[in-house]
Formats: sequence, C-alpha cells, structure tokens
Amino acid sequence: MSAAVLRVVPFGLAAHQALVAPLVERLRPRLGGAVEVRPPRFDPALAFDRSRGQYNSRQLLGQMLEEGPGRALGVTALDLFIPVLSFVFGEAQLGGRAALVSLHRLRSEAYGLRPDPALLLDRLVKEAMHELGHTHGLVHCPGLDCVMRSSTYVEDIDQKPDLFCESCWAKLPDRT
Amino acid sequence: MSVKQGSILVVDDEFSMRDSLTQWFREDGHDVVPAESGEEALRRLGERAFDVALLDIKMPGMDGMELLERIRRTHPETRIIMITAFAAVDTAVAALKHGARDYVTKPVDPDELSQVVARAIEDAQAAREVAAEPGRREAALADPIVGQSPAIQTMRALIAQVARTDATVLICGESGTGKELVARAIHGASARKHFSLISVNCGALSESLLESELFGHEKGAFTGAQYRRKGKLEMADGGTLFLDEVATLTTKSQIDLLRVLETKEFTRLGGSQTVAVDFRVLCATNENLEQLVRERRFREDLYYRINVFCIETPPLRERKSDIPLLADHCIRTMGQKLGTRVTGLGPGALDRLVAHSWPGNVRELANAIERAMIVASGTRIEAGDLVLGGTEPADPAAGESLVEMEHQHIRRILEQSQWNISQAARVLKVDRATLYSKIKRYGLHR
Repeated sequence: MSAAVLRVVPFGLAAHQALVAPLVERLRPRLGGAVEVRPPRFDPALAFDRSRGQYNSRQLLGQMLEEGPGRALGVTALDLFIPVLSFVFGEAQLGGRAALVSLHRLRSEAYGLRPDPALLLDRLVKEAMHELGHTHGLVHCPGLDCVMRSSTYVEDIDQKPDLFCESCWAKLPDRT
Repeated sequence: MSVKQGSILVVDDEFSMRDSLTQWFREDGHDVVPAESGEEALRRLGERAFDVALLDIKMPGMDGMELLERIRRTHPETRIIMITAFAAVDTAVAALKHGARDYVTKPVDPDELSQVVARAIEDAQAAREVAAEPGRREAALADPIVGQSPAIQTMRALIAQVARTDATVLICGESGTGKELVARAIHGASARKHFSLISVNCGALSESLLESELFGHEKGAFTGAQYRRKGKLEMADGGTLFLDEVATLTTKSQIDLLRVLETKEFTRLGGSQTVAVDFRVLCATNENLEQLVRERRFREDLYYRINVFCIETPPLRERKSDIPLLADHCIRTMGQKLGTRVTGLGPGALDRLVAHSWPGNVRELANAIERAMIVASGTRIEAGDLVLGGTEPADPAAGESLVEMEHQHIRRILEQSQWNISQAARVLKVDRATLYSKIKRYGLHR
C-alpha cells in the first residue's frame, strides 16, 4: 500500500500480546513497505471513561499522533468507543496518519463462543487494513469483495476479504 | 451495510458528539457539515440543501425541538433525526409527532445509526427525484396504472369509487398483475394521500418478525431489541396500511390483526402502554380467500372485516390490447436504468408479445422487455431479441433446478427486504454468514 514505514503500536493487549508478530507478518506483504513495532510512550488510562467503562478511541488517536511523525497503527484489546456510539471495532483519521484497532469485540468468546485464535487474527488483519485504508483517504466501499466494506457486526467482518477491491486499490494515492 | 451516499447536517453543541458523528459519516463517504448551534444550522441550510439533519435535542439557545419546527417549515425536503439522551426519550417521541423522521438514543448501536440514516437519505433522495418533475408525484400517486382496455377502465372506475370512502379494500389477482399499483392508486386518490402509504409483505416475514414489524417494540422486548422501534402501524397513522400476501398470515397473526382493525389500538412488544392509530387498510392476495375460509385456514371474521370492497386485477391475457402501451411504458422507464438506445418495438416483436399467453402477467412482460433491451443491437426491440415462454412459468418450480430455485428465492427475499441482510437471513432461516456466502456464490447484487 505504501513504501513508508508503518509504526505498529501495541498496548493494553494483556493475554493477546502474541498476536502482534503474526499480525505484522500478515500486514507486511500487503503494505509493500517496512513495518516496525514500537511500544507506546503514552498512557492509555487517560482515555478511560469511567461512566462507560470504555476507552475513548478519539483521545487514544490523539495521543498516538503526539508520539512522532509517520503512519501509526495502534493495536489493543481495550473496549473502544466514540461518544455517540456504543462501541467501535476501530477508528482512523480519514486521510490522516493514525489508525487504531481493538480485538475486544473481535473475540469469539465475547459472543458466547469458544476462543478461535486463527479467526481472531483474520479479523484483526481485516480491521487493521480497513482502518489503514481510511488513513489513505478511502471511505466505505459497497463491494462484497473489499476490506473497506463497512462492518457493524463481527459477522460482517468474516464475510469480507482482507484485501482492497480493484476500485479502492486504484484510489490509493501512494500504492506501490 | 452498504449505503447510498448523501448530505448530512450534524447539529450538536457538544464538540465530542458533533465530531464523532461527523467522522463516522464521512467514513461512509457522506458529505457531512457540522454545526454547533441551531442558529448556525439554519445558516447552513440557507446556503445549501441537505438530505438529513441530525439534531441534538438539548442545546443552549435554540434547542432541538425549536430547530425541528423551523426546519420543517423552511426545508420540508430535509429528513430530521433527533439525537437524545435516554432520559429525554419522551421529548424525542414528541419530536416524532412534530415531524421528525426518527430518533436515536445515545450512545447508539453503530448498525442502528447507520440504518436509520441510510433510510432517511434514501427517502429524501427519492422525494427529491419525484419533486424534480412538477406534478409527477401527484400523477404517479393518482394513477400509476397503465392501460386503456375495458378491464382496466372498469378497474379504474372501481378505484375512483372506493378511494373517496375510507372502506377496507381487498385486492385480488394473479401474481404480477399489479395489486400494489392498485393500492397506490387508491391511496393517491384518497383524502389520506398526504400521509404515508405503508406496505407490509406478510409473506416475507416470520410470525415473530411480522409482529415486531407491525407493532414495533420497546427496548429489551426480546434478545437484540436494544432500542425502541416504531412499528408499521404507527408509521401508517393518518395514512394507509397495505398488507400484501395477506393469505400467508398465521393464525396468531390473523387474531392480532383482527384485534387492531377492530379497536385501532395496539401495544408495542414488551410494552404496556396502548397506542391509538388511525389508518385505512388495503389488503392483497393471489389466493382464493373464500376457499381458505372454507378450509379453516383463514379466519372468517377477518375475511369479512377486510373484504368490505373487492377489486380484482385482470390477468394480462385478458387485456392484451394494453400490451403496446405497457411495452412502451417499460421501455421508457427502463431506458435510463439500463443506459440502452432502445426507444421502441419493431412490428415483429409486438406481434410476438401479443401472441404470448403471459402466465407471469405484467411482471413477466417487464422482465422480457428488460432482457430484450439488453440484447437489442439497434434502437428497436426486434422479434429475435425476445425470449418468451418459460421465462417466468406459471408454476415457478417447473423446469428449474434446485440450485436455480434457491438462487431465485434468495434474490426475491433480498429484494423484498430491500437488501437488509439481517432481515433476509431471518426470513430464510439461515445465519448472515451463510447468506453472504450464497450472495457471493450466485453473484447477486442490488
């Protein structure tokens, strides 16, 4: 997608720390550039909303942006929200340089099912690609064959591929 | 979900709400303009048109209710959705009575918000398309029926006669004969024409879904019912309720419907408060209801309640003199959609259309014309462009493989549910994942 370096920032992952390496391995060929993992220097607790028991994703994006230049992808297991919605799977700056994904509601066990690590990784890759697509200015795509398709249920994520459709791919400004 | 892109005015004095709404809808590709007060919102509306305005109810200065009234007066084309905190739900209900299209309670479920706004955008854009041609809406509502044959003239006279009254009408006829058009014609010529015509396809919904669809539900009424939703009965208040495929109602649904028709009152699922409504009822069926009554599959009391006045839609084989007019109408309406150069029929083509028996009626004719317009190489449909016979057999199962039947059934249910995947999956009794994979396998799209 871009030859520039992508900074992957894992935080609040608890028992899911082991997902970072395979996530980076899956992202690297799709992004066409370097991917590096850097621990955060910010304090996610500052984005905690006590009344909702969730983390404000907009505030977390702001903290990530203050950490330095370049595109950054936050990866967390914290439950994220934006003020008007009950939850989000992730958030990104449209046409910006920060994206954030949470695996909190991607876990099968959140829906009363058995843990499925392979499925969780698939979902995480798709959500990461989706949010990174937003940072490149892509909006939601109606195509069933595109990772930019909007997903408001976790089952929606399972139906889409982890790649951009030809139309969205062509719109990426600095694709390689 | 896939949505039609539109223009949205977001009005909220609280920056975090305004900002999160703006960003959320921009990711869908909508053209979003934020405003931090009612005064700024009116200025923005003075500069340009919006499909949808999302209004926070509680704002300093001009609050959401006052802004709602002002927008309704000055920009009736803009659909208004109120945003409210849970504690102000009563105010949101009052807003609905004053013309708001819908309301959401924050924090709202992402799917709920997307669907509410998508529906409002579609509604606004459809209304604008119709308004673009003065008089077209009135004409379309008053007489959407094409044809001059004696059978159609008789039906028109009956429609005009019954439209003046508030009587319940039963519209009977074979599939594809235009029963819904008759319902639209009755509503459009009635005193209720300035209110909504709400259609419910009883055959497309399971018993529990139909119940929820008709009566609406309170928050927590059943698993997944996170918010209160208005039912079709409430939406039809003041207007007309059209119940298609009424013969498919289950025994329980028949009892529920009879009670509502008798009392014009109902209770939302999970609720205790009685809601009073005033609507006219039109029903349609392609089955012999009298026979179903004799077989005790349809309640006799409900039959007499809905069969106050009966209109029969004639099959196309009994009005073949209308085929040239109908074909011309199809070519004009489909031309833009298909982007073809076809403007008419060659003489040989018309002969073939008139000679065919049309077991699938006008729907079959429209399909045949559409298919021919796609394959036609010139500006006219020629005889060889038409594929007739077996295109839509009277018995839809005849000659079709199991795979083809599944393909067509899924397509039909998706169309009936307007591509609401969750709703279609419930009707088909499969999970959404299965439905998505079948959509992909059959290459279905909107």
